[in-house]
Amino acid sequence: MADITNSGTGGPRKSSLTESSAKIAKRKRADLILQGFGIGAILTAFTVLFILVASLVSTGYTAFVQTHVTLQVFVDPAEVAEERLPRGGFQEVLTASLLSNLPDADPESDARAVRNILSNGAQFYLRDRIVANPSLIGQTISITVPVSDPFDQLNKGNVDRATPEAQRRVNDREIGWFDALDTAGMIATPLNWGLITNADSRFPELAGLRGALVGTFWALLTCFLISFPIGIGAAIYLEEFAPKNKLSDFIEVNINNLAAVPSVVFGLLALAVFLNWFGLPRSAPFVGGLTLALMTMPTIIIATRAALKAVPPSIREAALGVGASKQQVVFGHVLPLAMPGILTGTIIGLAQALGETAPLLLIGMNAFITSAASSPFDASTALPTQIFIWADSPERGFVSRTSAAILVLLGFLVLMNGMAIYLRNKFERRW
Amino acid sequence: MTLLAFMILAALAVSGFLLNRSAALAIQAGGTRTHSLAYFHGLYALLSVLVPVFVVICVYLVLKTPVINGMVIGGLPDGVLDDMSAGQVDLVLATIQSITRGQTFGTPPDWQLAAAERLTSLYAGADLLMVVVVAALSAVILFFVRRQVAAEFRARQAAERIVHGLMVACSLVAILTTVGIVFALVYEAYRFFEMVPVMDFLFGTRWEPQIPIRADQVAAVGAFGWLPVILGTVVIGTVAMLIATPIGLLTAIYLNEFAPKSVRAVVKPVLEILSGVPTVVYGFFAILVVAPALRGTGADLGIAVSSNTALAAGGVMGIMLIPFISSFADDALTAVPRSLRDGSLALGATRGETMLKVLFPAAIPGIVGGILLAVSRAIGETMIVVMAAGLIARMTINPLDSVTTVTVQIVTLLIGDTAFDNPKTLAAFALGLMLFILTLGINILALRIVRKYREIYD
Repeated sequence: MADITNSGTGGPRKSSLTESSAKIAKRKRADLILQGFGIGAILTAFTVLFILVASLVSTGYTAFVQTHVTLQVFVDPAEVAEERLPRGGFQEVLTASLLSNLPDADPESDARAVRNILSNGAQFYLRDRIVANPSLIGQTISITVPVSDPFDQLNKGNVDRATPEAQRRVNDREIGWFDALDTAGMIATPLNWGLITNADSRFPELAGLRGALVGTFWALLTCFLISFPIGIGAAIYLEEFAPKNKLSDFIEVNINNLAAVPSVVFGLLALAVFLNWFGLPRSAPFVGGLTLALMTMPTIIIATRAALKAVPPSIREAALGVGASKQQVVFGHVLPLAMPGILTGTIIGLAQALGETAPLLLIGMNAFITSAASSPFDASTALPTQIFIWADSPERGFVSRTSAAILVLLGFLVLMNGMAIYLRNKFERRW
Repeated sequence: MTLLAFMILAALAVSGFLLNRSAALAIQAGGTRTHSLAYFHGLYALLSVLVPVFVVICVYLVLKTPVINGMVIGGLPDGVLDDMSAGQVDLVLATIQSITRGQTFGTPPDWQLAAAERLTSLYAGADLLMVVVVAALSAVILFFVRRQVAAEFRARQAAERIVHGLMVACSLVAILTTVGIVFALVYEAYRFFEMVPVMDFLFGTRWEPQIPIRADQVAAVGAFGWLPVILGTVVIGTVAMLIATPIGLLTAIYLNEFAPKSVRAVVKPVLEILSGVPTVVYGFFAILVVAPALRGTGADLGIAVSSNTALAAGGVMGIMLIPFISSFADDALTAVPRSLRDGSLALGATRGETMLKVLFPAAIPGIVGGILLAVSRAIGETMIVVMAAGLIARMTINPLDSVTTVTVQIVTLLIGDTAFDNPKTLAAFALGLMLFILTLGINILALRIVRKYREIYD
């Protein structure tokens, strides 16, 4: 007993589990420090994710609205004549209408500057309306057209009016004109449907994602139609029928390696084989889909094999027991039960394919194309390559367009992954 | 026309199914038992028609354009193609093709007009021929298959043999893809090495692929030494791994040992989001936020930071790789047998000590495997570096400088129109080959380490 009670005072002592000592405190502190580092690491990752999303939303949300100006336009028969349609002085007509609202602008010397308030594509809005209904010539009509990018940025508050005039893209007079239009109630910022319905354009206020969305649709459709049947066929063979031999092993190793090959290498394959040797068209979503299919296939094969493996052997044995052939067992019983898992894996694979950019760049899906593809063999862009093109464009308006396009892309990804999770939760069976 | 062919094929295949099934049903109605169900007789007919004719159509579609182009070029009058390079011949072909679409610039020479006419008629003739062949072949197969229907005919086995063959073909696609990749890379790289000596490529320290396109153009001679390019890749990859490894490992350690279940349930999926974000988004993030921030910080500290510094691209790439490393490390830590952990805790070690001195060392092989796979990803990652890294290859290891990477060079060399007869284009394939070999080697090494480690505890 004496030993124990005295142990605090003399000689080297061994630490005790019940008594706290400086050494135990130190060890506990070390534990806490390790935990702190761990939490710090997680918080770092979360912070970056937050900054990523916040920066995209804060720059991108302005592109979901677009500044428009509503003009009362007198369609002057002197400028626009029915027999010359679809040609005509639509721009002059619009400029005249603007000038009539801006008394301090000189109709001669300021005409050009005033015209630049409107988007370069505004005249086509008017043209399309007149061509559709030539009886409007000679009448005064009300038309809403987008304003050009500098004024759009001004309206959205991206232009600091306090900066010196020389460093702004709009000078004081132009700001005055714009404010005059604004106080006249002619300026509005409605939802920007053009972002979805317009094709690409050199002018940010007109550029939209239609071409990219259509291109992505064709590419993903091609990708699905090719990779889904082939992936399932390969998975069923490897999981249910393949003999254990060198060839099967080799195929397995191949599939695992393909899943890890850099995407740009698939682009090289597509360029050399599909475009150069087979002579398939450049920039076509079909070729893009073909390339993406090769990249998605390993994902689908791996997911399908896991889903097939999860079906209990009792199902197979019961079916075999009542006289079904091996293939009848697989196609009639195992495959339907594995379908939810297969579909989940396929959707996740397609979501990955949706975000792939590098292989599409190499086959030329980054061309500047101002109309949507009408077939998978027409030249087109895709959503990620469109983001790449816009990110490279110098105009201020394209920064917010890029962010908005990214938000659209992320929206699709969330949708697809959500669908996969829903499918899994709804149909997944525990045996 | 192709659509028509597919429709004819589908119609004949379905009618084959109905025909054979009803024939089998008729035998059964006559009181004879057939060996196979009537459905299998139908299925056999369907597959017998569908598979071979579908292959024929696909082969036709692949061969159509090159064969017809070759015929048109071969049929041009003598003399017009003399002294022309392959690129010029392609140009002539493109001109002829645009004439067939009605796009002419000025008045094309007569031989081009004649060739355009020939091209149009060849296409029309080929399409017509294909439709006829498809219809005839389907009908012939249908005829023979219909005659096979008999009570004794083993239709189920026959149909299942075809399905089995189809499945084998599907799994061979994986091998074909690998063969395609290797063959395309090796073939084009071989052509590159015919123009540029292998030694110059492997050991050269200058990468200036801007070679003259026309003979009389003033431009650099062009140098294809890949060392500065791979050095840039290493610099950016190192930055990425320096960020991803500690954060990823600490995250895994915390999640595996300390985190309550509820925290784990939230943190894991959120980290997965980081790996699900497309790389083009990370690239834009790097140029929109990270690079300006780094440059601003550098300016405040009085350090010159290049506008596309390796830090921005590497840092963002590191963020992307965090979930990759953390999930691999988490799996490796979980795979350590419970007895090791319990033994350590029973001896009085704290949880932190158990983690650092027992679990972590035991999991090292799996963790190293995961890190190696992340390295291979970093080397092959394209979009982040294409958008945020530089284009000029420099022999520097300063991460504040602008460096370029293998993938950046591949994309920039091949973006836009490409001709397959100059070293500039082919250099991309040589780089691609090196990239493929490098990533494949690292992957195989990583998988081997992981597998070996698993065997220890199994």
